[in-house]
Amino acid sequence: MVLKGYLRKDGQKGIRNQVLVVYLVECAHHVARTIVNKVNQEEVQLLGFPGCYPNDYALDLMTRLCTHSNVGAVTLVSLGCEGFNREHLAAEIEKSGRPVSTLVIQKSGGTLSTINKGIEIVQQQVSEINQVEQVPMGLDELIIGTICGGSDGTSGISANPAVGYCFDQLLAKGSRCIFEETGELIGCEVIMAGRAQTPEVADKIVSVVEKAERYYSIMGYGSFAPGNAEGGLTTQEEKSMGAYAKSGASMITDVIIPGEIPTKSGLYLMDVVPDGDPRFGFPNIADNAEIIEMVASGAHINLFTTGRGSVVGSAISPVIKICANPETYRNLSGDMDINAGKVIDGEATVEEVGQEIFDLIVAVAQGQKSCSEALGHAEFLVTYKQFQNKEQMGPGCLI
Amino acid sequence: MNKEPRLILLHPNDNVLVCSRSIKKGEPLTVEGHSVVADADMELGHKIARRAITASEKIIKYNAPIGSASKDIELGQHVHMHNLQSDYIASHTRDNKGGNGA
Repeated sequence: MVLKGYLRKDGQKGIRNQVLVVYLVECAHHVARTIVNKVNQEEVQLLGFPGCYPNDYALDLMTRLCTHSNVGAVTLVSLGCEGFNREHLAAEIEKSGRPVSTLVIQKSGGTLSTINKGIEIVQQQVSEINQVEQVPMGLDELIIGTICGGSDGTSGISANPAVGYCFDQLLAKGSRCIFEETGELIGCEVIMAGRAQTPEVADKIVSVVEKAERYYSIMGYGSFAPGNAEGGLTTQEEKSMGAYAKSGASMITDVIIPGEIPTKSGLYLMDVVPDGDPRFGFPNIADNAEIIEMVASGAHINLFTTGRGSVVGSAISPVIKICANPETYRNLSGDMDINAGKVIDGEATVEEVGQEIFDLIVAVAQGQKSCSEALGHAEFLVTYKQFQNKEQMGPGCLI
Repeated sequence: MNKEPRLILLHPNDNVLVCSRSIKKGEPLTVEGHSVVADADMELGHKIARRAITASEKIIKYNAPIGSASKDIELGQHVHMHNLQSDYIASHTRDNKGGNGA
């Protein structure tokens, strides 16, 4: 199976070719968004970070996003006085060989003149990325992530095991697959540790899930939303068992943190819960925070399973929506790529739906738009976090 | 043996069944050969006791414990927030007022 990838100067291959316009504090959001709206081309996307306080994790995550394989060029929009280290970010993007421009509103004559300069720069970047060469790309060069959102009592029976089957097929082809999130695996840690490639990885799996349980207990809420209960799920561990099915049956190669890019084929568990005492609130405030972390770890495509019916997509990497619940599918079919509810209705097997997902991944990697992509969904959420294992995020883990 | 098309058995060791269709309160159901009447409105994905379960007994789904019964449950009864609790961390609903409760 040969795909065509956009070859970046750092050697990465992307399945999309995009210009990012990135605001570095909420104060620059309007200017950045207006530039994107006025240029009005689908390959130009908005990304941003709202906070004014500096945070190493957010800087690292933003660096990974701006140098993602699907990204060809970046325009940074700064107010000027915020805490975000725009010089460091611009230098890292430049080092990756991507065109980068920085607009500082305080030095550019304010809103209107920054917007006008931005439009010109972004149009220039669009013509530059149109020159990027497309080269053959194998399934063994793909990174695929999976998350679930709006889970219900059908998720663990249809969509999640179908993604698990698809993951096993992808891994057999040499892809890199990532699943998460540790707070939604509380109760599965012992079963999961039994699939670890080494005893060290088994210990890591148990300890990151215990960390998640500690963290969520202090916060007073698990990763359990009211809609989960309305959909028939009662406890965290019940939701976890369903979520866990997304990981398939393959060996778990290692545990990674957001922004860490797996370098070899295998199945990776993403530890999304910060280290130390809770400092910045809930580990993942909404599904798009989880998706953007998968993207920061290199995911070309994310598989999003839902029972209640999420409609979101993502900036940078396409999201494929797999609907677990046949009633939800009938209600929201325009937002769903795959109807795994067929399994509940007895019209298809988990393996058949898993194969359908696999085939769609290939088609989307070849350029076909997923539903959320075609509808213009390009959400993102970058938050504050802290990990002690900072050395894991050094340049050594770049592909 | 479960022959009720509206209910799915996920694993032979499970003590709950899962609704594959929405079921209305008062609808007759067959659970493990016994005729019962649905005791609540249940959307698909909700759970029904496959046998009598005593308080503090583990609820088994996917052949894995998903919490403990908080009271005695009869065969055919809806199993949810009112009679099943997590062994790990409390679940919350829209009725919670927020904050560090639970």
